[in-house]
Amino acid sequence: MSEATRYTNEPAPAGAGAGSWEPVIGLEIHVQLKTRTKMFCGCELSFGEPPNTRTCPVCLGLPGALPVANAQAIHLGLTIGLALGSQLAPRSVFHRKNYFYPDLPKGYQISQYDEPLCLGGQLGEVRIHRVHLEEDAAKLTHVGSSGRIHGSQESVVDFNRGGTPLAEIVTEPDLRSAEQASEWLKLLRTTLRQLQVSDVNMEEGSLRCDANISLRPAGTAELGTKTELKNMNSFRFIERGIRAEIVRQEQILQGGGQVIQETLHFDPASGAITSLRSKEEAHDYRYFPEPDLVPVQIDEEMLTRARDALSELPAQRAQRFERELGLSADGARLLAFRAELGDYFEAALAAGVDPAPPAQMLANWIATDLASRLSEGEGAGYGDPFSSQVAPGALASLVGLVSAKRISVGAGRQVLDRLVAEGGDPAQIVMAEGLEAIGGGDELAEIVAAALQANPDAAERVRGGNAKAIGPIVGHVMRATKGRADGGEVTKLVHEQLGSDSV
Amino acid sequence: MSVTEIIELSAAEAARETAAGELSAEELFNAYRVRAAADAHELNCFTWVAPEGSAGPAANDSAGTDAPLGGVPLAVKDLFCTKGVLSQSGSRILEGYQPPYTATAVRRLLQAGASLLGKTNQDEFAMGSSTENSAFGPTLNPWDRTRVPGGSSGGSAAAVAAGLVPWALGTDTGGSIRQPAALCGIVGLKPTYGSVSRYGMIAFASSLDQAGPLTRDVTDAALLLRHMVGRDPCDATSLRFPHEIELPRAERLDGIRLGVPAELTGGAADGGSEGAGAGASIEGQGIEAGVLDAFRAVLDRAAALGAEVVERVSLPHAPHALSAYYVLAPAEASSNLARFDGVRYGLRAQDAEDLLDMYERTRHDGFGAEVKRRIMLGTYVLSAGYYDAYYGRAQRVRTRIAEDFARAFDAVDFIVTPTAPTVAFKLGEKTSDPLAMYLNDYCTVPMSLAGIPAISIPCGLSEGLPVGLQIAGPAFSENALLDTAHALEQALGFDGRAARV
Repeated sequence: MSEATRYTNEPAPAGAGAGSWEPVIGLEIHVQLKTRTKMFCGCELSFGEPPNTRTCPVCLGLPGALPVANAQAIHLGLTIGLALGSQLAPRSVFHRKNYFYPDLPKGYQISQYDEPLCLGGQLGEVRIHRVHLEEDAAKLTHVGSSGRIHGSQESVVDFNRGGTPLAEIVTEPDLRSAEQASEWLKLLRTTLRQLQVSDVNMEEGSLRCDANISLRPAGTAELGTKTELKNMNSFRFIERGIRAEIVRQEQILQGGGQVIQETLHFDPASGAITSLRSKEEAHDYRYFPEPDLVPVQIDEEMLTRARDALSELPAQRAQRFERELGLSADGARLLAFRAELGDYFEAALAAGVDPAPPAQMLANWIATDLASRLSEGEGAGYGDPFSSQVAPGALASLVGLVSAKRISVGAGRQVLDRLVAEGGDPAQIVMAEGLEAIGGGDELAEIVAAALQANPDAAERVRGGNAKAIGPIVGHVMRATKGRADGGEVTKLVHEQLGSDSV
Repeated sequence: MSVTEIIELSAAEAARETAAGELSAEELFNAYRVRAAADAHELNCFTWVAPEGSAGPAANDSAGTDAPLGGVPLAVKDLFCTKGVLSQSGSRILEGYQPPYTATAVRRLLQAGASLLGKTNQDEFAMGSSTENSAFGPTLNPWDRTRVPGGSSGGSAAAVAAGLVPWALGTDTGGSIRQPAALCGIVGLKPTYGSVSRYGMIAFASSLDQAGPLTRDVTDAALLLRHMVGRDPCDATSLRFPHEIELPRAERLDGIRLGVPAELTGGAADGGSEGAGAGASIEGQGIEAGVLDAFRAVLDRAAALGAEVVERVSLPHAPHALSAYYVLAPAEASSNLARFDGVRYGLRAQDAEDLLDMYERTRHDGFGAEVKRRIMLGTYVLSAGYYDAYYGRAQRVRTRIAEDFARAFDAVDFIVTPTAPTVAFKLGEKTSDPLAMYLNDYCTVPMSLAGIPAISIPCGLSEGLPVGLQIAGPAFSENALLDTAHALEQALGFDGRAARV
């Protein structure tokens, strides 16, 4: 049963309706920064410690406590800004965002408002509006059947997470479909992961995404009324949520109605979109400059440190793969945009095995053969090759053997199956399984001769110039050699023995 | 040494006596402890007094016997957090609250050898000028118990004036050290903003709050301040004080130029014809005649000591200071007080129907009328659509006021004004008229907005009640300011013993 039929309010993908409406999508991404301590106090960040054990007067909002900005968080924010090509503000200001909620101990969140740390920028095809720093809220648990605050008997607060540093990245509304949004977010995730500024794990909440969505008649420039879809915690939910909201808005507009500006919640279990609050109910956050903090002044030393921390970004890495290693453009992007594949590729190249695998061939094996085998085990998830049984050096050896024609491609795939299942050394597997390629000597020539005898019709057609007719003959040889023969070699021998031209 | 003799000693003298071994720190502490404890039903200066046998000096784990403050007892305004000791900021919403940590300023003083004698009464969250806004009842003025001690540090000021403690800590946001010091006939100093850490001070208005000493004399103020100032890594707005605070020695004022701003003195120096700007003028609201007389007399005395009194100093934006202050301070307060929500500490309304109901009832029951008024004011001025008209404009006025002072200090060394336009007023006299109450800070608020240091010293009596002289200087001019105040103090010879109980 497909998702689409299961969730009646998630019908066919948008665009099916004649393309008269163009979706306009912007994202707001919250990234938990990988600092040692919290944004405004000395408490260490929490990773599942018992509740309320990583707290102090500052992050509990006790009377008299004052915040002090974490220099490392500012450094990571600048690193992100540089990576996104943003303008780094020489002076930026923290503001208070005032509202009451039990997960907000001070009654305000320290954030940035009209003078953020970074302005502008671009990643891929999407322009960046701004990047600013703020503190995370605490974690609320509602005791009761609903799991939400309404109708719960009791709510408890764990302040361990409260005050964790966040970078909020806001894009311009440059995305045009749910798929594009999800794809772009993956690129952002890879970029951030490579910068080592965050764990960027959606399930664990270190990467969170809200989407602003509006529709406009295709071909027009004016923006329609937008809605904000909150806190979708997986790539799949983001795609489904945005798609569902596009469909919902499309139906409203087709029916002559008007979209209401509101904040929405997408429930992945039911596929339903519900309103959290309308524009009228929107908070007046009463932003004003945080008087307990001084403005952030960026000096040359901070800039230099951020520049030094800037590792190679996916787009640059793809260029390097292409230029220096001779990979195809597609192959280079495939590896570079999935940082774990790119890292694995470079580790395999660096293993220094003999015979050495050619870079393009190694890239193909990683991006297709290995990646597909690893993803099978985990459903839709990504398989990280580093956490698999296949050591980078082992894969390099394997590809080296194939490229040196010591084993055939088919035999190589068999070896890879074994490596994925239980690891090991390709050379030993080849030996133990007797998978060495049958060389160009007499042994293979005899097998080819036997195959020609067994397939006289095909042999005749090949002799007559029909190169495609060679299939059954080669198949015969492969069966007889259990895939150890090299396909190219077999073809060459067939033509030699038949006296025909090889193609 | 008899208790009477002990009480006669200033804090600096008492510290010298204990250092010389003439007086034991225990004896000193107990003499004051008994007096402070006996005050409970008299002036109502204290919200907490060290219990008998707590022996303040011995309880000071961090201070050695040779510590410079020699075990001299210290009273601390209620809003300073003191670990394990009631810190309620004069509010019902914090009734019974005992913080898990101690404010930096207090910790430094304890480390320097001061002994915590008590916590003093104050206007709730430091909002007020009479200490009548305390949830724990008003403090009475020891000069006349039908009158207020000023505020918001009224408990500290009254306790020092009454001889219940040698010295005390207060905080000043718009005059809350200087005005009660004036009304109680003692010395009160608001230091340069940022020179004393605010960490652990329960905040009223963060960009204005500043801790400072309330003492019997200028020397004690210098001694206490010396051990309070300094950069604190826990307060991002704190600054390294550029030099050591010296004990004042000046006896003369030769070459010192004292500026008398017409806007804040109703033209006191030159007969008042070219007074302050229209509408916002103190004239009509009135600096009392007796206060003006005392002020004029002290100007004459300063001239006799060699000072040059400059009568044409102008602070053109000062008349707008009070308006700007009553936008900025409530704005910050409305946000600072949001943490009192009943979730983690302090009062929580019982039997609430839901979260919103709990918030509303907790804050309804926990906050007094003046605090609610300022939260509403502050919430309003920060609201979408009003921010620029109020908060933005008030910030611009604040900048202009700071520029006024900077320009004035090109021409003079210090600005002098009466500290408060009146002597101590009657209990209840202004409680029903908030604006009249606010006007008592007319002369002190401009310095707060500019972030500059200002001291109030007693300069005489009017109708048997003390009058304060305010002297303000450029940022970090504390040493020169204390010297000037000291020279005047010596010449004036004010006797505050009438207020001792």
